[in-house]
Amino acid sequence: MENLLQVEGIKTDFITTGKRVEAVVNASFDLKRGEIIGIVGESGSGKSVTMLSVLKLINPPGRVVGGDVRLAGIEENILSFDSKGEKMRNVRGGRIGMIFQEPMTSLNPVLTVGYQIAETILTHKKCSKAEAKQKAIEMMKAVRIPDAERRYNAYPQEFSGGMRQRIMIAIALAADPDVLIADEATTALDVTIQAQLLEMLKELAQTRGVAVIIVTHNMGIVARYADRIYVMYSGSVVETAETDVIFGCPEHPYTRGLLAAIPRLNDAKDRVLVPIDGLLPDASNRAPYCAFYERCLYRKNSCAKMPIPKLTGIGTNHFVACHLTVAERAARQAELLEREQRKTPKKQIREETCIEVRNLTKRFAVRAGLLQKTVGYVHALEKVSFAIRRGETLGVVGESGCGKSTLARLIMRVYAPDEGEILFHGRDIAHEKERNLKDVRREVAMVFQDPYSSLDPRQTAESIVGEALKIHHLCPDKEAYGKRVSELFRLVELDPELRKRVPHEFSGGQRQRLGIARALAASPTLIIFDEPISALDVSVQAQIINLLEKLQAQLGVSYMFIAHDLAVVRHISDRILVMYLGQAVEIASCEKLYEMPLHPYTQALLSSVPTADPVLERTRQPLKLGGEIPSVLKRPKGCPFSDRCPKAMECCHILSPELVDMGEGHMVACHLYGGK
Amino acid sequence: MAKEKNYRYEGISRFFRAMFGRKIVIICTAIVLIIIVLAILAPVIAPYDPAATDYYHMSQKPSMEHLLGTDALGRDVLSRLLYGSQVSLIVGVIAVFVACVIGSLLGMCAAYFGGVVDVVIMRTNEALRCVPAVVLAMALVSVFGGGVRNIAIILGISTVPGYAQMMRAQVLSVVRRDYVTAARLQGNSSIRLLFKHILPNCLSPLIVMMTQQVGSTILSEAGLSFLGVGISVPTASWGTMVSEGKAVLLENPMLGLIPGFCIAVLVISLNTIGDGVRDALDPHLRGEI
Repeated sequence: MENLLQVEGIKTDFITTGKRVEAVVNASFDLKRGEIIGIVGESGSGKSVTMLSVLKLINPPGRVVGGDVRLAGIEENILSFDSKGEKMRNVRGGRIGMIFQEPMTSLNPVLTVGYQIAETILTHKKCSKAEAKQKAIEMMKAVRIPDAERRYNAYPQEFSGGMRQRIMIAIALAADPDVLIADEATTALDVTIQAQLLEMLKELAQTRGVAVIIVTHNMGIVARYADRIYVMYSGSVVETAETDVIFGCPEHPYTRGLLAAIPRLNDAKDRVLVPIDGLLPDASNRAPYCAFYERCLYRKNSCAKMPIPKLTGIGTNHFVACHLTVAERAARQAELLEREQRKTPKKQIREETCIEVRNLTKRFAVRAGLLQKTVGYVHALEKVSFAIRRGETLGVVGESGCGKSTLARLIMRVYAPDEGEILFHGRDIAHEKERNLKDVRREVAMVFQDPYSSLDPRQTAESIVGEALKIHHLCPDKEAYGKRVSELFRLVELDPELRKRVPHEFSGGQRQRLGIARALAASPTLIIFDEPISALDVSVQAQIINLLEKLQAQLGVSYMFIAHDLAVVRHISDRILVMYLGQAVEIASCEKLYEMPLHPYTQALLSSVPTADPVLERTRQPLKLGGEIPSVLKRPKGCPFSDRCPKAMECCHILSPELVDMGEGHMVACHLYGGK
Repeated sequence: MAKEKNYRYEGISRFFRAMFGRKIVIICTAIVLIIIVLAILAPVIAPYDPAATDYYHMSQKPSMEHLLGTDALGRDVLSRLLYGSQVSLIVGVIAVFVACVIGSLLGMCAAYFGGVVDVVIMRTNEALRCVPAVVLAMALVSVFGGGVRNIAIILGISTVPGYAQMMRAQVLSVVRRDYVTAARLQGNSSIRLLFKHILPNCLSPLIVMMTQQVGSTILSEAGLSFLGVGISVPTASWGTMVSEGKAVLLENPMLGLIPGFCIAVLVISLNTIGDGVRDALDPHLRGEI
């Protein structure tokens, strides 16, 4: 079959302060009608820039320097079109539609959504305004926006994030394009919403015969939805093959590294993640040899002497840019496997309770009007109870707005709870005054999500890490202080020589290590991690996860690990707490929860997460979970999940279920199991 | 390993490079430096006592004896000009210092403690802002009397609300950042949190505001002195000199124009430096004047 879109050798440069940054060096891909391809790579690999280059949307100081883009039905290279000219505008929107990552900012807030959809239709189709409106409403129905006729005149801010992304899809598909580019289109959304959207996208693509390009860093998504995958590294495509081949027998060392670095839902519990060490090469100063050479586990000395490898075919539709032969790589892999046979460090969980939380409740008042009268309450947290033992890791999962962060901040006593107890080593700190909390502050530490905003930009690494030592007078003299700081640096595998630097001289992963070193400084017994790795790249995530496991085995601290990535939580946790709309819906040991989830929400959540294994993916049927996550302002009566639950019974809408022990500490709050 | 980079040093050098990127800033800095040197050296280089009257040489034109002539009381204009620069600079610096210390403390407290503290500080602030700064200063002078020290403090107090408001906004944005929460969760006391973690991250706009305010404070002092409520009579000040020159503007225009010109040059130079500092510290504001 003739290719619908053929992209050959895209090369895009950015000129900044005299330096030439080669963002994309050599990106090629092709696309057949009705096909879904996935383009994966870490941040900085040039995925998005490639897509923008294809559409000639690169603004100065960027410039597409080379490449050839052929679209079926157009005789010329579309890169030769004037980027503001009519021909290019017909391609954009008319032939190729694009959806961006951020649904909050990619819609114009002063125009109604209906107008924005109809606008695209009017630009590309010959039709009257009334016809365009009719078509726009049809599109809104196609992307399953309820009550489309009425919401035609609504403004973007009246929709939730997931709904806005649906509207973006409607706009992109409005003029019946042949190609749809989804650039990290679901990254900002919650997993259940993400699954809804991707399922819909796949269906639409099939029924309308649209080819889709999914650009993402999430290996799971491409495993589930793409037919063919292109792996990009540092501005070039390094490997491409059918999805099963990429995941089944990846050939490029980078692809192998990437797959070894990500935790999966179906992993053995003690699998060790193998991070890719090192950093992306500096795009303004590229070496004349393979870009992955410095980080490659398979490299030979001869690789540095040879030019940048080109994509060469090694099987049906399987292309790899690597100098090594298949046999050489296989031999090396066996060698590596032998050496890599380590297990996760053994940790010890003691029976003693570190922290116990009982019926913790927090409501934030909503004020409105001139006199700021309280008009209602946001139920951020409703009667949450759990306990963490010494040396144990409790994972906390849930979608945005479920109260995970509120829970962390309550335990840290950033604010005080409205009701309930926080028993720390048996002492209730829930309503303790700030001045009596100093010793608790020493024993409970926190690591934040964003490694950029959580380190004071004006302090040196040493004073950030060592501050707790000074506050709590843990070091008798300067010498002891210096020693302890060096020790902390070494604990998190940072060079103590870097102690005089300020945060912005560190990379994201190094900054997060500093954040961990800061948390460890006063030898705490509990560390709370609030999404500690979600801002990091996949290869760096693996480094941090390994580090956390090592530290726990070494120091015996308890962790409370908050995350939305279920595979990561599974990898690191001993027990898991699932939250929904401020309530604990299920608590169970890690194995139990993933093998036999009881609560319908947990089941839906688990089935929504795509795993990086296409063979397994085909056997899994995502549980259809309708509806949006309700706002915490408008909680449904009874069970908070009752309005989305496929198994909801009458009593669910009336009475909120309590947590019931189903044996072996597997607790679930659901009326389905109330009888026991 | 390569030689350890010293970030702080690098930051300062980047600051100066950004600040002196424009020639006009270099020129203005040179002018201000010259004026400062002249002011310090005034007792050494001034040919006459600035307050000594000489009834034999009244209202003289410039000559070798009196390089810029004499005023209606026979005082040497050049000497008065040199001593006057002392007054301008002292008033400018002290006033800004007073305003900055009081204003930022108030602003920080309002933002950090919030609630009643915030309401009391900020409403008082707004009440003060309802009275024009110069009118407020005039009222305070008539209560506490003139003199260089009083004028400096009074001008400082009358500009406190601006600093308080700016600092409050700044602290409010910094206090929400994760690193402040992180510092708090380590058990830092409020005082340490405010001065070690919050204040250093609020300094840039504060420094910009201070450099920009020196010029306008000097102008206010000159204005007050011109109106006769500023520096009391025997002390030489550029403002009083303009005021005295006004009476004889037609007969001896130089008497009023020279100190007026000095005020203009100093204030323009200081403001330009202020813009330079702002450009260097806060790149977002560049180009907006």
